[in-house]
Amino acid sequence: MLLELRNLSVTRRGRPVLDKLDLSVAKGELVGLIGPNGAGKSTLMEAALGLIPFEGMSSLAAMTPNDRARQAAYLPQSREIAWPVSVEDLIALGRIPWPGGGRGTGDRQAIEAAIARMGLEPFRHRTALRLSGGEQARALIARALAQETPLLIADEPVAGLDPAQQLACLRLFRELAGEGHGLLVSIHDLGLAARFCSRLVLLAEGRVLADGNPDEVLRDKAIHRAFGITIRRIDTPDGPAILSV
Amino acid sequence: MRALFAMLTMLVAVLFAMSLLTGPAGFGLFDGLRALVLGGEGPMPIVMREIRLPRALLGLAVGAGLGLTGAAMQGYLRNPLAEPGLIGVSCMAALGAVLAIQTGLSLGSALALPFSALIGAAMGAALLVALAGPRGGSVTLILAGIAISALANAGTALVLNLSPNPYAANEIVFWLMGSLADRSMLHVGLALPPMALGAMLIQGTCRDLDALTLGESAAAAMGVSPATLRWRLVVGVALIVGPATAVAGVIGFVGLVVPHILRPWVGARPSALVPASALGGAALVLAADIAVRLILPGRDLKLGVLTAIVGAPLFLHLIWKTRSGGRM
Repeated sequence: MLLELRNLSVTRRGRPVLDKLDLSVAKGELVGLIGPNGAGKSTLMEAALGLIPFEGMSSLAAMTPNDRARQAAYLPQSREIAWPVSVEDLIALGRIPWPGGGRGTGDRQAIEAAIARMGLEPFRHRTALRLSGGEQARALIARALAQETPLLIADEPVAGLDPAQQLACLRLFRELAGEGHGLLVSIHDLGLAARFCSRLVLLAEGRVLADGNPDEVLRDKAIHRAFGITIRRIDTPDGPAILSV
Repeated sequence: MRALFAMLTMLVAVLFAMSLLTGPAGFGLFDGLRALVLGGEGPMPIVMREIRLPRALLGLAVGAGLGLTGAAMQGYLRNPLAEPGLIGVSCMAALGAVLAIQTGLSLGSALALPFSALIGAAMGAALLVALAGPRGGSVTLILAGIAISALANAGTALVLNLSPNPYAANEIVFWLMGSLADRSMLHVGLALPPMALGAMLIQGTCRDLDALTLGESAAAAMGVSPATLRWRLVVGVALIVGPATAVAGVIGFVGLVVPHILRPWVGARPSALVPASALGGAALVLAADIAVRLILPGRDLKLGVLTAIVGAPLFLHLIWKTRSGGRM
């Protein structure tokens, strides 16, 4: 297992945000975390990484900070880039947990591989802040790839991207899972979640309502309970389309 | 990048030499340097070793310290408008110095004033840590710094307000303007060790400051401990800004504009900007301290006044750039 959470609870101002939650991510899995706003998806990721106080067990948070940074890369929801660094320097930040810190030979290889994989060669010397939102998102994913971790935790990675970039991002994630990485990705688009994720975890009010393959999770009853809506599933040759009504 | 560092180092070396050779007693280049190194008879070695060398050394150290802490504070707060005075330690140091002047302590010994300023700085740092707490974020730190600065400034104003004789008030006002004139090697010995320690602490945070480029949570996920980083930064800045204010008074704008000027040249990475700003700050303060001696040799033009005159327009330029939508 790349990530194991047992009995994970988070309380904020006396109110439980996550309540005795179990979750695991294995190698080769692309786990989609779905649920309404405020269900606790981001909190779950932050607690799993040990960034906020929690009760229970997280295999990641139990590691030393540096070991953890070599086990899991994290893409927060806010795509923050504070300074006008070049795309190449931005990607090199992913090497901070490693001994070379971005300047060693192994670091160079990882950075070049991440640049090539995300098609950022034409942008490498451009200032990251001057890129479009989609290009910035790609540069930040490349930064996470350069971290060379078995596990990737991404908080709404496709939010704010155009449809083509959403597809490209999720295809990449599926490729990574195919190569043996584990991914935990929160996502709002149920159709994309159904098409690309190998497993879905439905979260509502801090609890796991359903956990399994997309067909099992995307059932009327659970979705209605979580979102208060019903869904229509239309099967197409390219995969299922989900219509919320 | 290497070329930039080489250029800055050379610039600092040249300005350091020029600072040694600038003064009312006009010494030639070789005579002056020979008297400095080899000593000899007459007033020249005394002037070089006891008046000009401490002044140049303090210019170098204070400038480097202000540039370095400015870059570190901007990196930590991810804000190009941050500066080392933000945490309130310099205002507390100034209050300590003002009290030493007011009470007449500074007349007893040359070191009473800087020592009192150091106590003020230490109290400011302790108050900051107590207010911001071990878990407080960067916003708490700024707010605590603003509160401490306001309190210290109020204390300084109160001392001036109640000052029984105009000479003490006059002296306080002039001291607050910042200067490196008439400092001795005792001042150098008092200020340099804590400043060097602070610089080492801050240099050790560069990797973490780089990671903060991606935001606080991404940096924490990359192994940065926010509490340790804040602790090292606050102590490092206090160890530099406290002694710098104690020996030179309040010198503004250096920590603000030097990182701003150098940022595009080093590719904006905090780990490159911190050492570059140390060199840039040293160059700026050395140059300003030479300028105050050359512009009005007969009058005592204060260093802090000149840095403000040069720094404020640069600051306006920074605001202009921010307003017109360009990110720094």
